[in-house]
Amino acid sequence: MAKQTASQTIGPYFSYGLTPEEYGRAGICGNVLAGADTKGEAIKIEGRVLDGEGNPVNDAMIEIWQANAGGRYNHPVDTSADIELDHTFSGFGRCATDPDGRFWFDTVKPGAVPGPGNTLQAPHISIILMARGMLLHTFTRLYFSDEESANASDTVLDSVEASRRPTLVAVRGDGPTYRFDIHLQGEDETVFFEA
Amino acid sequence: MVESYGALDRDVHPPYLYGEYKSTALRSPKNALQPLTHTLSELTGPVYGSEALAPLDDDLTRNAVKDGEPLGERMIVAGRVLDENGNGLPNTLIEIWQANAAGRYIHFADQHDAPIDPNFLGAGRCVTDDDGRYRFTTLRPGAYPWPNHHNGWRPAHIHYSLFGPSFVTRLVTQMYFPGDPLLDIDPIFHSVPDAEARQRLVAEFSLETTEPEWAIGYQWDIVLRGASATPREA
Repeated sequence: MAKQTASQTIGPYFSYGLTPEEYGRAGICGNVLAGADTKGEAIKIEGRVLDGEGNPVNDAMIEIWQANAGGRYNHPVDTSADIELDHTFSGFGRCATDPDGRFWFDTVKPGAVPGPGNTLQAPHISIILMARGMLLHTFTRLYFSDEESANASDTVLDSVEASRRPTLVAVRGDGPTYRFDIHLQGEDETVFFEA
Repeated sequence: MVESYGALDRDVHPPYLYGEYKSTALRSPKNALQPLTHTLSELTGPVYGSEALAPLDDDLTRNAVKDGEPLGERMIVAGRVLDENGNGLPNTLIEIWQANAAGRYIHFADQHDAPIDPNFLGAGRCVTDDDGRYRFTTLRPGAYPWPNHHNGWRPAHIHYSLFGPSFVTRLVTQMYFPGDPLLDIDPIFHSVPDAEARQRLVAEFSLETTEPEWAIGYQWDIVLRGASATPREA
């Protein structure tokens, strides 16, 4: 067996490499995942990344990965032939936080995807978070507050202590906008997964 | 089909809280990580191939030229991206970024009093070939000071970002240079618990990769999490 290469922090200076638009260079993707032709409900996700004292983390990068509105991932391992791929939608996006620790994504609400056994998981978005001061990234998930019944039967959510579950649920506000803050530490520390 | 990926090797990867690196204090989760059985959401991930690349993306000595050649020691870094089972990982995107030869990042927030090179951005990309091989041409980055502790200096390094075949194989890391005396006193390098794992972050000088009359060569391989034989139960 080859041994894994160790993680090191993304550091404070990643943006011209990974989210480089403001440096006049095209990135591989941005924080707008959905176009006018993308199928499904267009939604906005917005939130902040906060440290253990509630200070904004202004040098984090959030990456999201999700299925399309029908519940299919744009990846060769997802072979659900009965659900169409949406060729306008890769399912991946990136956003660097601003000076107030804010991030946002324009995307579509994902469909449900298969879970363990023959179950369906509640609609969710997978998230990777990196920042200066983090030597290793963290994984979390975003669920949707208006999917109460699907959330109630989701095995991953169910595995989380009830008092901490709300940290994984984005709250729908006015219009199709969901609020999702990520707390790296502290009383409202987000649930991070050993993924 | 892959049913699961092996766990992150905790002897290899740094902890979230590492006292010598002060910024980890308020940015490290305190709760234990929540176990997660891999589902389709973890076994899939973004796919980027050569269509994601622009011409010269793999040559940092040429991809930001305005009015002349960037200054510094020209170098090549090449190697393979493998999984833990020793398989080369084809068609996986690598993104790199680094300081210039003087130790200055082009990033707006870098205030280090060292010159910006107008002909050097310090960012590149490439995609591995069928055997998992990659290759960049760049300039050797300079060391630079950082405010973590008195007289702190980061050893010269190149930042690497890789995807691999799924969302859970994602890795961001740093490549270092052999013989750098700053490695001995760098908290970020030393946050890696295992000494051999630290050493694997250091590239090897390679005469074979070196191009005569042109550029010094280094070899550096990267190993991502591999598929595990049995599904992991949470």
